[in-house]
Amino acid sequence: MAIDQNQVLAAEKLALEAIKNCPDLDSLKQVKIEHVGDKSQLAKFNQSLGKLEPTERAEFGKIIGAAKANVSKSFDLKLAQLEEERDNQVLVTEKVDITLPGNKFPKGGLHPLTLLTNEICDFFIGLGYNVSEGPELESEWLNFDALNIPVDHPARTMQDTFFIEPRDSNLVLRTHTSPVQIRSMLENEPPIYVICPGRTYRADELDATHTPVFSQVEGLVVDKGITLADLRGTLDLFARTMFGPDVKTRLRPSYFPFTEPSAEVDFYFNGRWVEWGGCGMVNPKVLQAAGIDTNIYTGFAFGMGLERTLMVRHGITDMHDIVEGDIRFSKQFGLGGI
Amino acid sequence: MKIPLSWIKEFVEIPKSISAKDIEAGLVKVGFEVEAIDEQGLDLKGPLVLAQVKEIEELQGHKKPIRYVALDCGEKDIRYVICGATNFSVGDHVVAALPGAVLPGNFSISARETYGKTSNGMICSARELGISEEHSGIINLGSAPALKVGTNAIEALEIEDSIFDISINPDRGYAMSARGISREIALSLNLKFNDPKESVSVTDYEINNKGVPVEIQDKSGCSIINMRTIENFKADASVPIWMRRRLEKCGMRSISLAVDITNYVMLELGQPLHAFDAEKVSGKISVRRAKDGEKLKTLDGVERKLHASDLVIADEKQSLALAGTMGGEFSEVTSQTKRIALEAARFNPQAIAQNSRKHILTSEASRRLERGVDGTIANYASARAVDLLVRFGSASYVGGYIDGTEVKPSNVNIETKKISDLLGLEVSAAKVKELIEKIGCKVSGNGDSLEVEPPTWRFDLSHFSDFAEEVARQIGYDQIPLTLPTGQSGASLTDFQRRKRFVASYLAGAGFSETYNSPFINQNYLESLGFSGDRAKTFKIINPMSEEFPVLRTHLLPGLFLTAQRNLGRGAKNVSIFEIGSLFRNTTKLSSAGDISTSQRPSANQIKAIYESVPKQPVMMAGLVAGKLVADSWEGKGTDFNWNDSIQLVKNLISEMVDDFEIVESDFAPWHPGRCAEFRVAGKPVAHAGEIHPRVLSNLNLPARSCAFGILISEIPYRSTRKTSAVSPMTPVIQDLAFIVSKDLPNSELEAVIRNSAGPLLEDLQLFDRYDKIEGGKVSLAYTLTFRANDRTLTSEEVSEIREQIAREVKQKIGGELRA
Repeated sequence: MAIDQNQVLAAEKLALEAIKNCPDLDSLKQVKIEHVGDKSQLAKFNQSLGKLEPTERAEFGKIIGAAKANVSKSFDLKLAQLEEERDNQVLVTEKVDITLPGNKFPKGGLHPLTLLTNEICDFFIGLGYNVSEGPELESEWLNFDALNIPVDHPARTMQDTFFIEPRDSNLVLRTHTSPVQIRSMLENEPPIYVICPGRTYRADELDATHTPVFSQVEGLVVDKGITLADLRGTLDLFARTMFGPDVKTRLRPSYFPFTEPSAEVDFYFNGRWVEWGGCGMVNPKVLQAAGIDTNIYTGFAFGMGLERTLMVRHGITDMHDIVEGDIRFSKQFGLGGI
Repeated sequence: MKIPLSWIKEFVEIPKSISAKDIEAGLVKVGFEVEAIDEQGLDLKGPLVLAQVKEIEELQGHKKPIRYVALDCGEKDIRYVICGATNFSVGDHVVAALPGAVLPGNFSISARETYGKTSNGMICSARELGISEEHSGIINLGSAPALKVGTNAIEALEIEDSIFDISINPDRGYAMSARGISREIALSLNLKFNDPKESVSVTDYEINNKGVPVEIQDKSGCSIINMRTIENFKADASVPIWMRRRLEKCGMRSISLAVDITNYVMLELGQPLHAFDAEKVSGKISVRRAKDGEKLKTLDGVERKLHASDLVIADEKQSLALAGTMGGEFSEVTSQTKRIALEAARFNPQAIAQNSRKHILTSEASRRLERGVDGTIANYASARAVDLLVRFGSASYVGGYIDGTEVKPSNVNIETKKISDLLGLEVSAAKVKELIEKIGCKVSGNGDSLEVEPPTWRFDLSHFSDFAEEVARQIGYDQIPLTLPTGQSGASLTDFQRRKRFVASYLAGAGFSETYNSPFINQNYLESLGFSGDRAKTFKIINPMSEEFPVLRTHLLPGLFLTAQRNLGRGAKNVSIFEIGSLFRNTTKLSSAGDISTSQRPSANQIKAIYESVPKQPVMMAGLVAGKLVADSWEGKGTDFNWNDSIQLVKNLISEMVDDFEIVESDFAPWHPGRCAEFRVAGKPVAHAGEIHPRVLSNLNLPARSCAFGILISEIPYRSTRKTSAVSPMTPVIQDLAFIVSKDLPNSELEAVIRNSAGPLLEDLQLFDRYDKIEGGKVSLAYTLTFRANDRTLTSEEVSEIREQIAREVKQKIGGELRA
């Protein structure tokens, strides 16, 4: 069979035309069979090359090869184009509503008292304080006597203490975390820098601002040359860390059996002075009960309620929210991430 | 303590430029918190006059008593007013607001028609004048108030006044009087103080050993006692209006002239006084301890059994009063009393505190005496009261006795440099001297070292730190610099504190909300949950908030159950909560360390005894899921939190803490006896997890199949650095093996046999199927085993050999058959 160059070109043209007009991948498959594959006209021409004279073979081989390459290239381009179109179409139909809620990773929450305690501890660790905790059911001696609150002292009746049966067990639910300070002094030599967070108990009825079970954080420093100025500076920095850099603090003279001089610390927040806690220089009688040489060492101590701190800082108006364990409350605070 | 500005002004020269607010700031500066200032009379406008009741006509036919009252207001004509009160009779003096007056609340008085009459004014109650809450009747000033009708009542009743409510700290008992607080105001604002003690003449009523004699039998209870006697007293004489008004402003009611005078002098000078009806007293009065079993009926009507430690005032027959705390009914001054023995004593503050505590009885007197009153004031207060009784009760002075001696605070030597050092503020020796002289100290010595004699009312000054406070509060705490200690660095959390944080974050991240639950619970509730033995041995509170919750928790689950109930009750569908907290188990016999002095460090043995007197309080983390962990949603059903999820969660947590622990079956309440795992470390149970007992859940109305877990996080040792092995890059060989074993065989046992027989080349073992519908009580457990060596790719021959080894040992040791 002789090969007509025009026929080859016509077949090529036909194939290119078919590829070009092909609307989708399915018809492209058909086009491939008819115009690109082994059964195409160009393939048939190619197969018939063998029957030609060697000189013709070379000449027509070139012509057919060029036509096939041309068609093949055009086919590949078309295939890529149609595949891309198809893919794009699929992605469009697979579009979802990304505002639908997810459910499989339910979010819990830490109690704000835990978050606050952690924050306070971290602040004081940065200042070189260790965190010290102690038992909630505590010896009366550590809770009162060692803190210069003897049995008939008016301050001891000031505190509505929960006593444990039998009375002569001398066990109480600690009324403050101060016994941890005594333990710290009995267990360590100065210098002592501790921060003592924990649960404390007083026989107050639960209402919007009181709870019989509450939390405190206290700090104690015993070292050489500790001054009231150190106490004031520490509390001022503490308040600014808790309530913002512009917060101001003031000390007011007050009375606690375990400190002398004693003061109340207030901070100025949202346009008013808020009572925060008590503080003072550790009463020498307290140092003495712990066997610390008052000729060498002085110290300061301070303590504040965590619930109150939380309430002021976060605008919580009812103590019930803090103590009732409603998960809607804790969840507002999340995990304390930042 | 309430005190009116008008009274303070009597003792402090306060210029007009100083307002009540300035006085408040001055008080705060020196350590007195002002709880409130009640500004009275600001919104009151006259005419308000003293009037006498001339006639009363009771109007009939109304639902309540209505009186048509004729008043003499000092005017030309009698004035008629309508009044709804009935606590007055003809002849009594009352306060009348006349037309044109404006009472608090912008209430204008005018003549008006009412009850068929014309009312030409109004008879006022104390509340209508804004001077107290009293509204049960009108103000009745009695028949002879020593004031003329028509007198301006705003002035006569000193209605325009600022009443300070001041909280006084226990160490400043000396300030609990007009005298005391005035001195502090003068000190703070740098004003002149005129001591009312100076204007009392004790020689006018000399101590001449006449009248009722007195003796201190118990010197530990009383340092000095003063007994003056008066006679011919007119018990029904009326109380001067100014006195009555001051008592009212201080929050006390007027009772009778004699009682009012003792109260007035106490408020003025700070010295409690007690008046006895001298005709009821037999012989000598003494201060002594009570006899055990002795009885005393106090003025509050309570018949009290006395203890041998109680301090009493007694005559030769019986106890008359609980010293410094409350008088007795028998010797009470009545409207018949003509002869009065007036006691003024300086009791030992501790004795009064004991009286007050033992009998749960506090009074204005005990509050002052237990804080300590001026050691020299008793004689002056006594003379002052006698003077008032003579002046207003027409009494005549009989004479007086004194026993004991005045107490004075001890002298103190101080080094002023120590004060500067403690304050962190340089205060010169001269300045220190000046400031402590201002509070009444006598100071001798010069330079840095001073000898100080505190004033007779300051028993709280005994150490240089006390003087440091006196110096600081006068200079102002705001003058103290702000510095930070420079001492220490290098602090960190303890292992336990880090563990608590880790556990809490893990659970919160897993969807649990942290709660803080009340540790007060009910014993029956605890036992109804199945807690028994050591876990039901509670500590009981002597004075619980509520008799319903008198014991301390021994476990966290009882509290978590209640909190879950509360959340469900408030509409929550699914509740995942946890708590970290202390447990209180009354399991070991404890003994008190006894009395230990605080004047020095306790001995090593005493410290040991103190520490051992306190029970060990382990810390637990417990969690509960009531409902689903993942809620139902648009994607379909949510995810339950099953018994095995509960166990796995604990496993995840404990494996963070230690490498070696075992899990065994448990029937621990309140868990389901067949669905509870116990975790043991070194043989000791440290955690439980699983499903809660169905009966417990139904009793508590919690969702069926709720699961819970609890870990004693303080009882698990802390891991040292983790052991690790190299990670092999070789290709693994995966094999699936299934065994048919008895249903009763725990998976963990089969896994242990497989692991042991497989040896070190077994990298991982995962149960992927469990099929229990096999006859003969058998179960099929199918595992995927991953084998890998560190140094080479394993051949299939090697693995087949191990596989056969496993099959042999499973058969041999636990009778399991390899499934074909």
